[in-house]
Amino acid sequence: MNESLTHIVLDSMFINNFVLAVFLGMCSFIGISGKFATAWRMGLSVMFCITVSGVLSYFMNILLVAVHAEFLRLICYIIIIAATVQLTEMFIKKKSPALFRELGVYLPLITTNCAVLYVPLMLTARNYNLVQTTVFSLAGSGGYCIAICLLSLVRERIDLSDVASLAKGTALTLVLAAILSMAFMGFAGMGN
Amino acid sequence: MSDNQAPIACHGATSHAVDDSPFVNGLWKHNPVFVQVLGMCPTLAITNSVRNAIAMGLATTFVLALSNGLVSMIRKIVPNQVRIASYIAIIATSVTIVGYLVDAISIPVSIALGPFIPLIVTNCITLERAEGYAAKHKVTKGVLDGLGTGLGFTFALTCLGTIREVLGSGTFLGFSLFGPHFEPWVLFVLPPGGFIALAIWLMIFTTWRSWRAKLKKATTKPGLVAIAEVHS
Repeated sequence: MNESLTHIVLDSMFINNFVLAVFLGMCSFIGISGKFATAWRMGLSVMFCITVSGVLSYFMNILLVAVHAEFLRLICYIIIIAATVQLTEMFIKKKSPALFRELGVYLPLITTNCAVLYVPLMLTARNYNLVQTTVFSLAGSGGYCIAICLLSLVRERIDLSDVASLAKGTALTLVLAAILSMAFMGFAGMGN
Repeated sequence: MSDNQAPIACHGATSHAVDDSPFVNGLWKHNPVFVQVLGMCPTLAITNSVRNAIAMGLATTFVLALSNGLVSMIRKIVPNQVRIASYIAIIATSVTIVGYLVDAISIPVSIALGPFIPLIVTNCITLERAEGYAAKHKVTKGVLDGLGTGLGFTFALTCLGTIREVLGSGTFLGFSLFGPHFEPWVLFVLPPGGFIALAIWLMIFTTWRSWRAKLKKATTKPGLVAIAEVHS
């Protein structure tokens, strides 16, 4: 497929935003968007994981096609992702122990973040080349980063206001996400 | 519902000791979606029609039963350090099998579910059940728990799918409900509708639970109220 790079960026970042349109990475999107300071760092960690594992799985796919073992794709991808997340975890633990404590259980849980597995699956389905792969990984995960930062900013404001006890917690976060998602629907026209 | 409930549950730390029947527990008491708030991605993405919701739920049920059974089979052989990695490998294998199975049964369903079939691998529910239940119980119990949790998941998806399909396209399982003059509320089949529908269901369940807790408090003895409050 011959998609232009601009189209890939617009499509994966805004039109089909990973979180608000395709519903990927919900656990961390709802769980860790309470504070902006943690949210953007989490967004960057996910961006790093997605980009590294995306590029690695591109090469893994070439290898698997060469040996005619396409049925092993899913298992190989998930192993690559687990290794990448482990690497990121070690890196963050070394560089910033404070951030490591703050992200807590969500850091190893990037492994079970669907957004990370979605990228290699889409690369295979759409036959992207190496440049398209890199751009798609960066733009898609950038979209995740934008979404989680926006939600965290709104939630910081909501903390100060008086909310009905019925809607407190997850339900309210979901309603906020719905409003953000409606705003992102406005980008749909850009695809044509 | 507290904000930090999801990570604890995702991590598999909450294995509730009281299990009268693993099947019923997974189905209702610890319903993965409404009680534990797990597996959000397919819950929101696949529920724009009842048919997709049921197909997705059944596929997940199959994966859960298979992976739970295999995990509880090898629970005494696998060393503690590599257990998560081996669980993931087992789950990925089960999902690959289910992927080919869905392809073989119905191509339209396979196209409708799209990447969300392979994405069952990264559904928190499968890993949570493997780590939190199957790794500590016998094979039969593990499989039963997988079936129960999976059907609980299917139930939750169907609930959401019903709201979204009835409001969003005026149909139920493809049958028209309101006749030709119904103007569908398109928002509900689009992404924002998923968030709103789940929020509505969560509010309903929160209300119901707080109402039940109040009822329980009224019937228990005064001395036990303090203990009940600490635990709730």
